[in-house]
Amino acid sequence: MTDAQTPILEIENLSISFFTRTREIPAVMDFSCKVMPGEAMGLVGESGCGKSTVALGVMRDLGRNGRITGGSIRFKGRDITTMGERELRGLRGREIAMIYQEPMASLNPAMKVGAQLAEVPMIHEKISKADAWARARAIVEDVRLPDPDRILQAWPHQLSGGQQQRIVIAMALMSRPSLLILDEPTTALDVTVEAGIVDLVRDLAEKHGTSMLFISHNLGLVMDVCDRLCVMYSGEAVETGDVVEVFSEMRHPYTQALFRSIPLPGADKSARPLVAIPGNFPLPHERPPGCNFGPRCDYFVAGRCDAQEIPMLPAGGAPRHNSRCIRVDEIDWNAPPALAATAEPTPPGEVVIEASDLRKYYETSPGMFGGGTAKIVKANEQIDFSARAGETLAIVGESGCGKSTLAKVLMGLEVASAGTVTLNGDQIQQLPVEKRGPALISSLQMVFQNPFDTLNPSMTIGAQIIRALEIFQIGDSAADRHERMLNLLDLVKLPREFATRKPRQLSGGQKQRVGIARAFAGEAKVVVADEPVSALDVSVQAAVTDLLMEIQRKNRTTLLFISHDLGIVRYLSDRVLVMYLGHVVEIGTTAEVFSPPFHPYTEALLSAVPVADPRVTRKRIVLQGDIPSAMNPPPGCPFQTRCRWKPLVPGDLCETVVPDLRRLSGGHRVKCHLTDEQLATMEPVIEVAVG
Amino acid sequence: MLKFLLRRTLTMVATALVLTFVVFWLTNLPPNLEKLAKSEGNARMTDGEVISWLDRNGHAQPLVKRYGEWLGVAPGWTDERDGVTSGRCIARGAAVEDSPRFCGVLQGYWGQSTVFKAPVSEIIATRLSLTGILMFWVMVLMVPSALLIGILAGMREGSKLDRTLSTVSIATTATPEYVSGVILIVVFSSSMVGLKWFKGTATSAMDGITFENFFLPVLTIALYGMGYIARMTRASMSEVMTAQYIRTARLKGASFGRVVMRHALRNALIAPFTVIMLQFPWLLNGVVIVETLFNFKGFGWTLVEAAGNNDIQLLLGCSVVAVVVVLVTQAMSDVGYVLLNPRIRVS
Ligand SMILES: Nc1ncnc2c1ncn2[C@@H]1O[C@H](COP(=O)(O)OP(=O)(O)OP(=O)(O)O)[C@@H](O)[C@H]1O
Ligand code: SF4
Ligand code: SF4
Ligand SMILES: [Mg+2]
Repeated sequence: MTDAQTPILEIENLSISFFTRTREIPAVMDFSCKVMPGEAMGLVGESGCGKSTVALGVMRDLGRNGRITGGSIRFKGRDITTMGERELRGLRGREIAMIYQEPMASLNPAMKVGAQLAEVPMIHEKISKADAWARARAIVEDVRLPDPDRILQAWPHQLSGGQQQRIVIAMALMSRPSLLILDEPTTALDVTVEAGIVDLVRDLAEKHGTSMLFISHNLGLVMDVCDRLCVMYSGEAVETGDVVEVFSEMRHPYTQALFRSIPLPGADKSARPLVAIPGNFPLPHERPPGCNFGPRCDYFVAGRCDAQEIPMLPAGGAPRHNSRCIRVDEIDWNAPPALAATAEPTPPGEVVIEASDLRKYYETSPGMFGGGTAKIVKANEQIDFSARAGETLAIVGESGCGKSTLAKVLMGLEVASAGTVTLNGDQIQQLPVEKRGPALISSLQMVFQNPFDTLNPSMTIGAQIIRALEIFQIGDSAADRHERMLNLLDLVKLPREFATRKPRQLSGGQKQRVGIARAFAGEAKVVVADEPVSALDVSVQAAVTDLLMEIQRKNRTTLLFISHDLGIVRYLSDRVLVMYLGHVVEIGTTAEVFSPPFHPYTEALLSAVPVADPRVTRKRIVLQGDIPSAMNPPPGCPFQTRCRWKPLVPGDLCETVVPDLRRLSGGHRVKCHLTDEQLATMEPVIEVAVG
Repeated sequence: MLKFLLRRTLTMVATALVLTFVVFWLTNLPPNLEKLAKSEGNARMTDGEVISWLDRNGHAQPLVKRYGEWLGVAPGWTDERDGVTSGRCIARGAAVEDSPRFCGVLQGYWGQSTVFKAPVSEIIATRLSLTGILMFWVMVLMVPSALLIGILAGMREGSKLDRTLSTVSIATTATPEYVSGVILIVVFSSSMVGLKWFKGTATSAMDGITFENFFLPVLTIALYGMGYIARMTRASMSEVMTAQYIRTARLKGASFGRVVMRHALRNALIAPFTVIMLQFPWLLNGVVIVETLFNFKGFGWTLVEAAGNNDIQLLLGCSVVAVVVVLVTQAMSDVGYVLLNPRIRVS
């Protein structure tokens, strides 16, 4: 077949610029890649490297200020860059379909789901409305949505995030396109929902022979979905090749650095410490001469790397594996990373903070337009845990499980509905933050998810830290506080000059460091970190995480680390608490929680996390359905609507009785009706092949 | 929905009470009453005579009582003097027993206009219907053209079309009616320019509307409101056009026309709908000016007459009508918003 020989999509030396009033921003430069029929190509790289711009370039939808400044994009041999509007319209939706990040925003809020779906074939194939709706119904079934007739008649806002994303996928598939572009299709979704969507996309693409361009910053996800991979850095492709080939024999310093900055399972802190990429991503108009990665590269050689434009060179010996590194044949790719001094794990001390039977119920107001009675949202039900000095307790669970509510109750931003929180022997659950004294406030601090929102944009960094010191009543003179502020900057490894800078002059990672400095300003005993790195780029995450841990070790602080990223959790925590629908379903040491026996939910959660390591085999457990709403939780075990182990439990115990948080061994406790024997039959989710 | 409507109505009634009370208080301030006494009784009354006249006609009672009487929730005053019982609810010469105890706005008794020597309710009914006709044509002209201008300008933000239309709409809202009205009269109906297409007065429109005698007043009011609605529509439209779901529609292969008509329009109209309804009270403003300017004897013209001649009952009646119009349009804008926007539609 000659057809297999012509690529579906062939991008050659593509350059795309955005034109602002002051300058031209070259977002993509000299980018080439090829997608063969039926192939899935992954596009990875940090935020701002130009992934979305490439995708929109292929759709020729760059907005008013974006323009293709060079190169060609050929789709089945036809050049897209020179097509007219009419021809483009014929292509969009029918031949090439695109799915992007936020599902809710991609659906028209004022149109029924069915109408939005049916529109696609009505535009392109001029089929009748009835036929189009019939096809929409079939495709809704294809994307495994329950009750298709109801869904077709629904408004987008009546669906959950996962359901909306399935509708967006259905819409893309309505006219059986030959190329599907997916731009971070699951970033806004929970891992267990993500796993379902990814499975679906892969199956459907296989079924219809669709080629894919899959954009993600999640290396594990790309490994799951794609056959080939293209790593982008600052507008350029720096390494392309077969996914497994690239993942096991990476041939570009950036790819390597990217991998070393994310935690992988099967390797612990001392064997494979996280290595952050030094420095920052260059802005498009501030790129260095020669190799873009030069200033951050460990293998940089002056005079060669910065002397000329670096071309794509064949790498690794395998066909179609290329790297944009001039020293690709000289570098010893198997050299282990320089080991940072690893610290001995600190033995945990006495219990510092303890929660017992803690509950937080919210009463939702009936809303502006009335209707019905007030509903009770049980955001936290029966939370029991304790954490010791110098210990890191990770709190994991999907969105809506009550992690952030718990943090708010601990911080006094909300008062508990029932139960107790004890800090150093004092009960604080009923003390709102305004009634807490400076000593209490300074000893219990928080680092927030979004470093952008928590700093006052009009105050200098130094002034904000000094302000925190004043609130904590630390230091006895202005000079003393100034001195302490400079020490805090040292502590979080920011240059002292930063004291006089405004937040907008700082990068995301630097802002988060300021947030950490403030939290530790009063020598906090307990720090609650709510997703402290999830808003940051992967290359920066490692540095901030390491910093947090280092300070914690030094001060013997208790760290409550809230996260949905199980990779990081496994890497840094001593103990893990798994939450589901406001319940603690499992708690134990990291080793206990990450290996069998698990709680059935933990098992599913672990199996849903994609792993960017070809040596790892992972059991796939895809959960059915979505997380029930906290407003209307199921009776009995909170997990019973999605549990695959439920049939093993006799009678309707799971549906009617909430299990106890049962002690399995030591501090390992599980909230499940399964017997010890049944739990013992569980197998590990992740296995690392040796060799 | 029912509960929402009920609550909406209750707040509306409360607001109406407060507003009319304020107007009542202002129109019944002592100097106004003194003027009333002098114009009804005798222009050369002494201060003492004024007081006794006010006393005899129920104006000396406490403000709240008088307001209650006017509203029709307190019994009307009676006054027995020289064996003759007079009172608020007792028509001249009628027997006390035949007269109702309450007579206020709620009972349909709106008082007697001192200027027109006719019942206020009658005057308002005829005048309001004239203004209603005017407003109807204003709406017919203003709403579609404003929406059209807004949509055309907003669908391609920053284009030449957008810049032209935006300039026009800013210019029209920035020009008050008394300026645009005069300009229009000068240009289209005076011998100065000589076009003489339309009539400069709308007096004849009260008997029969023609394009010739009615277009200029309608246009004058419409122009003013049009610019504002057009700009709101444009803002809303251009925001919608940058939404993700518009990109989705574009990337489905929908033509530009289809994107605008099927995907953008309904979403873009949610915000201007509210504005159109809220615009209503402002248009009443314009009505006052335009009716006076074109000598069209509608509601606005009546209001000017009443205010100029210290016609307290008529003024009160007019303000009740104005308050009701404002509140009803506001309620309609809320309900319409709910209906247009499926996200907050209640089952
Ligand atoms: N409309 C625009 N005007 C000006 N610059 C733009 C525009 N859109 C994107 N850019 C710039 O182009 C570069 C590439 O952006 P792009 O959105 O393609 O990155 P990305 O890799 O998709 O990032 P992310 O992972 O955050 O989605 C960035 O520096 C960005 O600031
Ligand atoms: S070309 Fe030089 S600076 Fe660039 S990645 Fe290779 S070794 Fe590093
Ligand atoms: S109690 Fe039953 S439903 Fe709940 S997790 Fe255990 S087996 Fe599953
Ligand atoms: Mg992007």
